[in-house]
Amino acid sequence: MARIQIIAITVSLLFLANIVRLIIRGKLREEYSIVWIVSTAVLLLFSFWRNGLETISKMLGIVEAPNLVFTGAIFAVLIYLLHISVVVSKLQKQNKDLAQEIALLRQKKGEKQEN
Amino acid sequence: MISCETLKVDENHYHIYDPTLRNTFNFVFHPARSVISMPRIAVVVPAYNEEKAIANVVGEINAIKMPEGFSCMAVVVNDCSRDNTGEIISELNCVALQLPVNLGIGGAVQTGFRYAFENGFDYAVQLDGDGQHPAEEIPNLVREMNSGSFDVMIGSRFIDKTGFQSSWLRRFGINYFTRLNRFLVGVTVHDSTSGFRMINRKVLAVVNEYYPDEYPEPEAVIIYALHKFRIGEMQVQMRERQGGVSSIGAVSSVYYMLKVTLAIFYTFIRFKFSRKWQESRSSQ
Repeated sequence: MARIQIIAITVSLLFLANIVRLIIRGKLREEYSIVWIVSTAVLLLFSFWRNGLETISKMLGIVEAPNLVFTGAIFAVLIYLLHISVVVSKLQKQNKDLAQEIALLRQKKGEKQEN
Repeated sequence: MISCETLKVDENHYHIYDPTLRNTFNFVFHPARSVISMPRIAVVVPAYNEEKAIANVVGEINAIKMPEGFSCMAVVVNDCSRDNTGEIISELNCVALQLPVNLGIGGAVQTGFRYAFENGFDYAVQLDGDGQHPAEEIPNLVREMNSGSFDVMIGSRFIDKTGFQSSWLRRFGINYFTRLNRFLVGVTVHDSTSGFRMINRKVLAVVNEYYPDEYPEPEAVIIYALHKFRIGEMQVQMRERQGGVSSIGAVSSVYYMLKVTLAIFYTFIRFKFSRKWQESRSSQ
């Protein structure tokens, strides 16, 4: 096994361990962790299977194998960013509804205390 | 025995003319509760860091002489101000709604609309907290609204071009929105960025569900037009702001145009193609 393989596998495993740690501590929700676990799995796969990249590139008709890495990685990042934007939009709407509800309830409570 | 002449304005609104008092009274019939009451108006004032102007604005609202039968109530929404606006309004003679986080003008105004809707108000008027909108024009809005049985009445700066006219750049932007509105929904509103407007309970039911967050005014016009509400516009004299700063600075005006244009297009498409919205329209 080449030195770079060992480094790649070690880093991937550390990354995976960190994700698991975050989930256990309740800092990362399971549904958002799936994408991270899947990407770590992909990294691990290509760390072990050194010719994998070349093979898949040939299958897809890509001349330079690293181009596959860039295209795939950027595409995955964009999709995930879009997903995060959707999540933030949903949170913002819920936050607005809650804030308005609090303001209305506070006012109602103040009115009751006056009577 | 008093004989009165009753005139039905629309489904639930009546003018009653009393010849002895020579006065017309307005009544609203509430089908859900089967009662008739005098129409109540919520004057929604969004306030963000307006400690200097807000007391004056509320004072002006409370001093308004309303047309016979109408009563109005100031509903001030403190959009999580960093100054003393919150404490000031809780001492004033008004309904004080204190938002725990800053929502922006649209979210603040919607809070007031939700209050008005939940508490059975018949109308809501939006009036900005910086003193730019003249509270003494509210009775005119009410009269104009009733005379033509409109659902929305917009107080405009640009019909007779009198009063405070704002900068040429801003007028250019407003003109652009007028054209965009006419193109999309065929309704001409000269001052679609004006926040000084009155809506009735039918419209309150809609904005209670959805109201745009940021720079809501031009987008709201599209929403009203798509719901087939009757939109009227009348001339009002606006003043220059008495305190505070505009929510739209010079740098952000390009962003403003872009964002509102996008929002208008999205609202238009969403409304045209979404089944949920069309159902809500047909059920009215």
